[in-house]
Amino acid sequence: MDWDWDFVRQILPTLIQGVKITILATLLGSVLAAIVGLGIALARRSPNKALSRTVGWVAEFIRGTPLLVQLYFIFYVLPDIGILLPPLVAGVIGLGLHYGTYTAEVYRAGIDNVPRGQWEAAKACNLSTRQTWSHIIIPQAIPPMIPALANYFIAMFKETPLLSAITVLELMNQAKSVANTYYRYLEPITLVGAFFLAISLISVVLLRWLERRYGKIER
Amino acid sequence: MTQWSGYFGLILQGALVTIELTLMGSVLALIMAFLAGLGRLSRFFALRALATAYIEFFRGTSIFVQLFFAYFVLPLLGLELTPLQAGVLALGLNVGAYAAEVVRGAVQSIGREQHEACIALNLGRWQGMRHVILPQAFLVMLPTFGNNAIELLKATSVVSLISLADLTFQAQVVRAQTGNTMVPFTTILVIYFILALLISWAVRSLERHMARGLDGVRV
Repeated sequence: MDWDWDFVRQILPTLIQGVKITILATLLGSVLAAIVGLGIALARRSPNKALSRTVGWVAEFIRGTPLLVQLYFIFYVLPDIGILLPPLVAGVIGLGLHYGTYTAEVYRAGIDNVPRGQWEAAKACNLSTRQTWSHIIIPQAIPPMIPALANYFIAMFKETPLLSAITVLELMNQAKSVANTYYRYLEPITLVGAFFLAISLISVVLLRWLERRYGKIER
Repeated sequence: MTQWSGYFGLILQGALVTIELTLMGSVLALIMAFLAGLGRLSRFFALRALATAYIEFFRGTSIFVQLFFAYFVLPLLGLELTPLQAGVLALGLNVGAYAAEVVRGAVQSIGREQHEACIALNLGRWQGMRHVILPQAFLVMLPTFGNNAIELLKATSVVSLISLADLTFQAQVVRAQTGNTMVPFTTILVIYFILALLISWAVRSLERHMARGLDGVRV
């Protein structure tokens, strides 16, 4: 079967529709993952043993099970208990929760890497807990986390095709529907692959720059 | 009241397929990891370039796209694969690319003095690698290999989308036949989690076994 450029031109507008949804899902998922991760990291540091244990176990469970099954769970099981979500929302929640458990580890490492002396100095300066976090710990903990967080956001971007399984019309789903309509798989699937490869090669360059700018943290 | 025992049998069959995929994929991934990881450290530019291209390509595109490419596009190029073969191929090559970086990092983490000792003992490049460097590097690789194996286990859920009857696929079958979503999906989430725990336990005991007698030698 030969590569057909006319066919490529014909399907390109449809695929671009899908690219928009893919990027939207990645951005929303990243924001959610960043927030969920912070929540998990803070809960695990909580002095309340019951809370930190429970959150730890839940995070471990989410990290040990496949994203695809979690997406099915959110999309097909939650309606049974009365929560009906549109596909894109379900997808973003799935991505955000799954990657939130990974970003939680990044936050944990970032916070642990702030030297003890900084905590003691904050106490010596009579700063409250709130002030210590917002003025001393967070400003020092965030920059080294940025490359590692970006790494997970790129990984999430590469997982977005899974959303096609819960009928989100992102790039992969558009490609599949085009392929099924014309019964030509070569061009749509190859274009999707090329698109992801192009974005990840660009993001590798971006990541190198982030690492130089903000310094690498241990993984 | 639904007759659950029959459906549970279905899910168990799916679990066997998932385990089979994970094992075969891991073997392929291990082979590719050592080929590509050592290839990146080769003296020959051609080998280095080939290994880098492989690693960047498979890390840059998502597993989902690779699987669809293997199953739908390769037959058009004259390579007919069964769903199982396509699944093992895509999973093995994908995770192999990630693990190759682990191999490279571990080999590079072995100190200079070990390389110098190899030269002093008049060992050839291959002999030194085989008897001195790799046995030490392998211990460094093991924990990350465990994480890669869990990633592979989680990625196997994607093969349900190319009609391979794994855990996720069987859960969909049970859902379609009983109309119940909660029970099958919760069951397979738990099974995936148990399998992930098994992998991390196996890797940890292997590590303990291999590190025996090395106390005080390793840093």
